[in-house]
Amino acid sequence: MNISVKWISQMLGQSLDARDTAHRLAMLGAPADSIDPVGADLDDIIVAEVELVERHPDADRLSLCKVNTGTEVLDVVCGAPNVTAGCRYPYAPVGSVLPGNFKIKRRKIRGVESLGMLCSASELGLGADSDGILELEPSCEVGSRFTDAVGLADAILDLDITPDRPDLLCHKGVARELGAVLEAPFKLLPIPGAVASTTTPVRSEMEGSVGGVTVTLEDSEGCPRYMAAAIEGIKVGPSPEWLQQRLSAIGARPINNVVDATNYILFELNQPMHAFDLDKLGGQVRIRKANQGEKIVTLDDQERDLNEGMTMICDAENAVAVAGVMGGANSEISNETTSVLLECAYFDPRTTRATRNALKMSTDASYRFERGIDIDAMSDALRRAVSLIIAVAGGRELSKPVDVYPRPRQPVTIFLRPERIEKLLGVSFPLDEVSRMLTRLGFVVAPKDGRLAAQVPGWRPDVTIEVDLIEEIARLHGYDEFPTQMIPFRPSSVPNDPIEGLKAKLRSVFTAAGLHEARSLSLGPSGGENAQPVLHPLSSEEAFLRTAILPGLVRSVEHNWAVRERDVRLFEVGAVFEKTDGMPRETLSFAAVVTGRSNPEHWSNGGKGGDYDLWDLKALLQNAVEVVGGRLDQDGNDWVVLNKDGEKIGRAGIQNADAPAWAAPVFGFEVEVTLKRSGHVAYSAVPRNPPLERDLALILPDGVSVSQVEEEIRKSTGSLLESVVIFDEYRADDLAGRSVAWRIVLRSPKKTLRDKDADQAVQRTVNSLRDRLGVELR
Amino acid sequence: MSNETARGRLAELENTLETIATASPSGLAELRNEILGRKAGKLTHLLRSLGELPPEERREIGAAANILKGRIEAAIEKRTAECESADSAVGQSEDLAMPARTLWRGNRHPVTVVVDEICEIFKELGFTRVVGPEVETDEYNFTKLNIPLDHPAADMHDTFYLSPGVLLRTHTSPMQAHTMEKYQPPIRIVVPGQVYRRDPFDPSHSPVFEQIEGLAVDEGITFVDFKAGIDYFVKAFFSKDTKVRFRPSFFPFTEPSAEIDVGCPLCKGSGCSTCKHTGFMEIMGAGMVHPTVFDRCGVDSEKYTGYAYGMGPHRITMIRHGIPDIRLLYENDMRFLGQFVE
Repeated sequence: MNISVKWISQMLGQSLDARDTAHRLAMLGAPADSIDPVGADLDDIIVAEVELVERHPDADRLSLCKVNTGTEVLDVVCGAPNVTAGCRYPYAPVGSVLPGNFKIKRRKIRGVESLGMLCSASELGLGADSDGILELEPSCEVGSRFTDAVGLADAILDLDITPDRPDLLCHKGVARELGAVLEAPFKLLPIPGAVASTTTPVRSEMEGSVGGVTVTLEDSEGCPRYMAAAIEGIKVGPSPEWLQQRLSAIGARPINNVVDATNYILFELNQPMHAFDLDKLGGQVRIRKANQGEKIVTLDDQERDLNEGMTMICDAENAVAVAGVMGGANSEISNETTSVLLECAYFDPRTTRATRNALKMSTDASYRFERGIDIDAMSDALRRAVSLIIAVAGGRELSKPVDVYPRPRQPVTIFLRPERIEKLLGVSFPLDEVSRMLTRLGFVVAPKDGRLAAQVPGWRPDVTIEVDLIEEIARLHGYDEFPTQMIPFRPSSVPNDPIEGLKAKLRSVFTAAGLHEARSLSLGPSGGENAQPVLHPLSSEEAFLRTAILPGLVRSVEHNWAVRERDVRLFEVGAVFEKTDGMPRETLSFAAVVTGRSNPEHWSNGGKGGDYDLWDLKALLQNAVEVVGGRLDQDGNDWVVLNKDGEKIGRAGIQNADAPAWAAPVFGFEVEVTLKRSGHVAYSAVPRNPPLERDLALILPDGVSVSQVEEEIRKSTGSLLESVVIFDEYRADDLAGRSVAWRIVLRSPKKTLRDKDADQAVQRTVNSLRDRLGVELR
Repeated sequence: MSNETARGRLAELENTLETIATASPSGLAELRNEILGRKAGKLTHLLRSLGELPPEERREIGAAANILKGRIEAAIEKRTAECESADSAVGQSEDLAMPARTLWRGNRHPVTVVVDEICEIFKELGFTRVVGPEVETDEYNFTKLNIPLDHPAADMHDTFYLSPGVLLRTHTSPMQAHTMEKYQPPIRIVVPGQVYRRDPFDPSHSPVFEQIEGLAVDEGITFVDFKAGIDYFVKAFFSKDTKVRFRPSFFPFTEPSAEIDVGCPLCKGSGCSTCKHTGFMEIMGAGMVHPTVFDRCGVDSEKYTGYAYGMGPHRITMIRHGIPDIRLLYENDMRFLGQFVE
């Protein structure tokens, strides 16, 4: 919302500084997104008087002028036909810069030196030229700053107004709010040439008449109050300068005097108005619900499909406006219009919101209606609008305005308990101070039974309960004025979620293994049949919730390859989703990818480091499984992770990727994260006796896995077995199978083992391997 | 050779032990040859000549000579080892400026670091860390939090729906409702998690981002206490001398509501492009819990008061590290992630 500081200053009768005003408003809850100085680029331009005009000796169309700048008299060459001795003009001295970065330099024009320039309106960026340079009023003081002399200096605040404060969407509201802090009353600015309208609207409950038009309110839910005035004898044309300037300053494009007048009322009073061409209405206005399938062409020349929930303004036959959103093309003001029906209505916020949602359009009017305008201020707004239109477009009121208002708003009164203020804010306020504060904000306050009864003004629909009044007190007092003091706190009854600890553990294990934590969007392309789609996605690339993390990490690997990074190590922990008949299933998942060198290169290897391989992947996978639980099994060339019920909760293996020729294979896994019940480790005695080692090189026939062999070794070697580790694998064509070498460590907790004990145990093992698995010593 | 001669030579050889202890590597080789050499070694010679002595003395001298031989051999071995290790320590063969053998280093995502730090600071104020689901109902995401769906306040949250009534949470605030329904006050929780808004990816927006929500509910909590909690956090997270500013604002689930600005950590308040020359940066929305939220979550709003806050770790991470584009935080570029060494 653009607010002119000059406008507000004039309403409050004070000269306000833009930065200071922005700060005050921010501390009241309406911060400015930007502060735009108006006319700051014209700061160098001053008012100068032309004392003498002579013909240029070498050019018919140029004049030589003696220009008084207030401090000196300079020679300036001017090409404008209208330059006149004794008149005052904006003057750009040498060294100044005009809009468009046009620098004024000392220069010779046809042999005559010119010091500076007399400016036209367009050269100053102030609109179209009429005839040459811009002639100023004789009241403009010679030597003064041009922008000050013509009252152009201003600053526009782009206020960020929260949805609860529709009253701040206009200059009156902002002036009222600032006035509460500055303790200064505000006045609306006088309208040049206006005669105050003295007609009193005629109230009726369902139907009324104005200027020969019958107004019938059939949908009092969508439109609780409908007022209208009729004006005849107007002449549509451009608005006067002051009105155009005021609208342009806040970024509203002037259109014609009638439309500009209604816009002015919108930005001044927050009352959206609509002017219909009275002659196009056929003597009737009905406010009714739209019929299903009904259509209207709106002012923007779009045909709109209506539905039964929408409130429409209609003439005898057709819809002429979408209530609170936009007028129709069929009743639009044109240059030939001489009579207008000026609508001033309150449209229901929810209906307006539903309508503009359905029509997918938002206008200045709908924006305000859906937030709620001041229903009590409508009469004043209409009266002011009528005066304004008559002042800028001529004409006269045909009759008293109509006011169809079946159930006038009852004032809302809220009770405030003084002790509640202290309970919530931590600071007590004397009752009379609270009273004064609320009064300044426009509440009508009276003490009642030890409480305060506060009647809420019509422009504050956001204030509905006691706590809203307490916020008003805190706001006006100033949040920064409250002390900062902590009270003792009791421990939370809510325990820490252990899953957060588990995630932290995974992060620490995997960063220690050299992987970086990744974060990927959990929205992406479809991840298969089970992928949960999003309604109205932003793009097909973000149309589904991810079913797994790993594909995203592989895409990240490809991104790194694209920037010539060959070594990529990433992990991620996050939610994955699956479509079900009801709410989507959401589970926590953990994934990792590695590719490229498994260690940074070192000169001692001659720069040749090994790349990650399957066994590095298995180590990473085991790290993860240690944290989240589960056991590994083989499935084709992949590992799968099974939970205690034998359900697959993870998978690991080589990943397919769009790899450049120089890339290394990508290894990755993903495993579901669930809380593992884990107790504390129970101590077992540290061995005192020395161990004995035996190496066994065994030939494994095809189809025998090392896990079977190890299981058999454990079973047959018995209690002396401390550990069993594979230290070599050998494959050759002349071997029936493959040769795998195990180192077996034997130890007894009771005695020092002798070679004989070890040999006996190992012999048992060898026998049973041969008998049960067909595994022979090599 | 007489008995006396033999004893004299032994004594003489014993003296060489001192020479050995300080000999140079080349001197050692000479000494070894001189004493233990097969042909001309003095001790070798002595041992060979033992036969010339009478049997009794032969035994005595022989034993002494053998013991000495062992001592000399040990001394030479010890000195050799000394010379070798001195060689490798200061010798010319190694340039210690050569790079070390290192391992890959990994680190947490910079956003995770910020999330963890924030949660740790609130832990000091008694807040426990909990998390909730990303898929929510509009009842928990909006209604229970006093956000009417047909009010412009709902426009502050452009929502991804999955089906009617089911959505991707637009904030972690639904955990306020879940927690208040499940636990009795005193409640002090901090809730990190991913949230979703229908914002296209651009330098400052992402459809998915992290949020941290906090809630304190108990008897006696006031606006003054709320300010103190937030002030404690800001000073612990940024720095002790960081300015904190509380501005009125509007959130449907708090009343009074506040927007919290901190003195720009980059320019220290003097004005820079990051803070748009205001000297301040908005870092969180907060306020006293709205009584309607209490009522809808089964907490007695006459007895209990509380405060809630919410902030965006992505934004805070970007401010902290001067990261210009939020998309960098989702690219998983090794050269980017590797910068945030812990």
